[in-house]
Amino acid sequence: MATATFEPRIVAFFCNWCTYTASDLAGTARLAYEPNAPVIRVMCSGRVDPQFVLKALEEGADGVLIGGCHPGDCHYQEGNYKALRRFRLLKRVLKDFGVDDERVRLEWISASEGDRVQHVVNEMTNQLRRLGPWRQARS
Amino acid sequence: MKLVTITIDGIETEAEDRTPLLQVANTVGVKIPTLCHHPLVEPYGVCRICMVEVHMRNRVRMVTACNYPVTDGIAVFTQTDRVRRTRTMIIEWLLARCGQVPVLNALAAEYGVTEPRFGRGDDTCILCGLCVKVCSDVVGANVLGFFNRGTTRYVGTPYDEPSDKCIACTACAQVCPTGCITVDDEAEQIRGELPLGPRTPIYIPTMQAVPHQPVIDAASCIHFKTDACRVCATVCESKAIDHGQQDRVEDIQVGSIIVATGFQPVDAAKVPQYGYGQYPNVFTALQIEHMVNASGPTNGQVVLKSGDKPKAVGIIHCVGSRDRNVHDYCSRVCCMYSLKLAHLVHERSGAKIYNFYIDMRAAGKGYEEFYNHLLEEGCEFIRGRVAEVSDWAVTPLERGKLVIRVEDTLAACVRRIPVDMVVLSTGLEARADANAVRRLFNVSCSSDGWFLERHPKLAPVSTFTDGVFIAGCAQGPKDIPDTVAQAGAAAAEAMSLIDRGQVELEAYTAFIDDARCSGCQVCVPLCPFSAIEFNQEKKVTQLNGALCKGCGTCAAACPSGAAQQHHFMDAQITAEIEGVLAQ
Amino acid sequence: MAAKPKVAFYWCASCGGCEEAVVDLNETILTVVDAVDIVLWPVAMDFKKHDVEAMPDQSIAVAFINGAVRMSEQEEWVHLLRRKAQTVVAFGSCAHLGGIPGLANLNTRREVFDTCYADVPSLQNPAATRPQGTSVQDHLTLTLPEFFDTVKALDQVVGVDYYLPGCAPPADLIWGAIQAILAGTLPPKGAVLSPNKAACDVCPRKDSKPERLEIAEVKRVATHIADPDTCFLAQGFVCMGPATRGGCGSRCVEGNMPCRGCFGPMDEVSDQGAKFLSAFASVLAPKDEAGIDRLLDQVPDPTGTFYRFSLPTSLLRRRRIGVPV
Repeated sequence: MATATFEPRIVAFFCNWCTYTASDLAGTARLAYEPNAPVIRVMCSGRVDPQFVLKALEEGADGVLIGGCHPGDCHYQEGNYKALRRFRLLKRVLKDFGVDDERVRLEWISASEGDRVQHVVNEMTNQLRRLGPWRQARS
Repeated sequence: MKLVTITIDGIETEAEDRTPLLQVANTVGVKIPTLCHHPLVEPYGVCRICMVEVHMRNRVRMVTACNYPVTDGIAVFTQTDRVRRTRTMIIEWLLARCGQVPVLNALAAEYGVTEPRFGRGDDTCILCGLCVKVCSDVVGANVLGFFNRGTTRYVGTPYDEPSDKCIACTACAQVCPTGCITVDDEAEQIRGELPLGPRTPIYIPTMQAVPHQPVIDAASCIHFKTDACRVCATVCESKAIDHGQQDRVEDIQVGSIIVATGFQPVDAAKVPQYGYGQYPNVFTALQIEHMVNASGPTNGQVVLKSGDKPKAVGIIHCVGSRDRNVHDYCSRVCCMYSLKLAHLVHERSGAKIYNFYIDMRAAGKGYEEFYNHLLEEGCEFIRGRVAEVSDWAVTPLERGKLVIRVEDTLAACVRRIPVDMVVLSTGLEARADANAVRRLFNVSCSSDGWFLERHPKLAPVSTFTDGVFIAGCAQGPKDIPDTVAQAGAAAAEAMSLIDRGQVELEAYTAFIDDARCSGCQVCVPLCPFSAIEFNQEKKVTQLNGALCKGCGTCAAACPSGAAQQHHFMDAQITAEIEGVLAQ
Repeated sequence: MAAKPKVAFYWCASCGGCEEAVVDLNETILTVVDAVDIVLWPVAMDFKKHDVEAMPDQSIAVAFINGAVRMSEQEEWVHLLRRKAQTVVAFGSCAHLGGIPGLANLNTRREVFDTCYADVPSLQNPAATRPQGTSVQDHLTLTLPEFFDTVKALDQVVGVDYYLPGCAPPADLIWGAIQAILAGTLPPKGAVLSPNKAACDVCPRKDSKPERLEIAEVKRVATHIADPDTCFLAQGFVCMGPATRGGCGSRCVEGNMPCRGCFGPMDEVSDQGAKFLSAFASVLAPKDEAGIDRLLDQVPDPTGTFYRFSLPTSLLRRRRIGVPV
């Protein structure tokens, strides 16, 4: 149940070359955004194992955000395509687990799109505030 | 090669047997006038102006020097009475046909013909046939020919119709001795552009070109159109010209690359309210730059399209820069080049100069001082973004002028300023193919299309791809001092990479734990750097750490957890997840 | 004469296949019976709960417990056996991982009951009778065990010492485990009694893998007959082999059926379904979303397929309760 004091916790996996750099840029450009998404840096969005997404949800995250380079721009050529394929399949499975669509998100954010980091994190945070916490029933 | 001895006006000289007499006379400095002679065309003695006396044994003959083959023992006289009388007659006959041609009149003056006995005709063509010969023998287009005979003979095109075989090489106009063939540059009328000055298909690109050698523009070269000409190759003493050169694609193995592909100027047509392309005297700064250059089309004079000097010139800053409709950013160099042009235009034409600016960006050594100098020069600076340039006159003063309508924000009023010439200070933008180029080198572009530096403060000339550096305007708009400094920095970084003699590999490579690997080979096709291979003999999958670039996608895919990435192990990332979510 | 070690067999939420697996030992079972003293085996012997309760704690050498825990009665029994046994072995996929009953974690108790007691087309239940925890009949109070929403693997209820994987564990694996127990040569506690390498390692089709594994079309055994000599994954079939422990003798593969993953994941993997998902998705050919989705449409039930045996022990364990799907 979403309450007035509920602050969602989002785990963000950002690829080093694009999205992580973009969040750096958001910092140097002094673009303020919600603090709800601590960032875990990986070298490439292709490093993001679906186990990480599930682990984050199991550990209490309300959402997971994966940020990678735009298709065609991956620093390692095709890592983001692999991330895309895994993500599409993972979303189908997550649906069966009752994970709302907004909770796990894959975004392509290039190194110069600091404003997009701001936009996505703000949007996701607000969506999850409305959706409420992801609570795993452990009976 | 048989050498013969002849005398010309008493001067004894040797020459190869059967050399045209005119050529030999040139070598000893004896001047003989010609009209129908041209070094590229076989001489055929049709205008007769070059006739001289030749004494051989006891015979005296009048011959055309241009095509008379010298033989041993002849004595040539070029200034005898007979020669002068003959020449005078020929001049008079030529004047009878072409009475106003300047070169004929110059000859007439030299030979004392003041009242030609046969009158002055008003034709301009002396039927020398040079144009016909050049067009057929040199250029190979065969467009011109002689038609009719006798007094009605003339030079023209088949059926007197404009020929579609004419390739507009203008060779005929260039060889015509009387100037009766002229070239009309229609382009100037259609596009309203300044003619950039004639340039032959073979040309040296700029005064500062390195190497300082000519290139051939295959698109306009006559040889590639008609398979003839090749005059350049004929006159080149070093025989350095080869029309058969083909583009060569070379594979050069390098260890580092500096991408310095520059910028392109913003197309002034993107700001249509300033009238570029609409009004004839709206120029871009680059065009004015060309104009004030001493080797430009006007020899450095600042003139309007009509050829008159402008009395008032308006320079509009920030065309395509600081403009939400084109580019948000400031192009950095335009304020200073606008000031430079303001100074030069005023110097050349004495015109009153107006600068329309948003801010004056004069950060640099001597820049602010130069701005002050301009203020003292009487240049007027109006702070406001120009709304439009038009030719609508509201007052008599504005008639025939270009009116710049602008809000003068410091005076808090809207002004209309009539000028003769408008100069648009266009900004810099990333080249149209920047996206394609940067993909070649696996670098990123920043939002405006400039190449992305690794870090704006700490690594301005490197990119995220090791070994690829960027310099100059390709990285963002900047002026020459900054470009040179950046180029030096990029060169230094490239050098240090080469000097190091070894490459540091990434620490965060992946590896495969043999004990856990089942040889399922799911990871093998995933590596774009071919770092993973299945060893058929040992039946295990192996990862080459030297090829691995450290993306970790194999580790994410490995269903056994056998492939892992140094510094990004599953356990480490899991610990991070637990850490950020710890209450 | 030293007392023969006492051995107990118990079944929780199971199909009975694991009891049959023991019987599958065939004549070897006589050796087993000779060597041990079976003190509990509901399917075959008539010992009661109070018999077990009467035993001293830790008096049973090994308790082999199969089946998942999804009812209060099972929970009580496994706690009881944990007290009474020195060593508890989770026997079979259901005890090891949650097994096929674990798929019920995609539903709630209410949904299960709605299906079983109301929605099934062949059902005749006009009075809408449902199991009640307690009911009174003729002044007698009858109770039924509580039916939990969530199915659990054995080690999610009690401490487990060893795991015998498989659905059901193959006879040779069982016999090997028993021998090790008798000889005292078991590995350190917590081990899964099967090699820690994926099935591909010993798969008879390993050599047929192509140089570059790539899936352009997904095939199902329901609609395609597989080539009996080529790697299933290379043919486009979903084969859990890469994400599943070996040691089963590749029986399914020999029968021209792709591996379903019953032996569970290797030690380094937290979530078998997620890891297989990652591997499988990574080798799909298309790069664009539409192409990827088209291929994924050819896998009708990815959750049920990838988590067929391991749902309760996966990272998320069950569908979130309270969220409609």
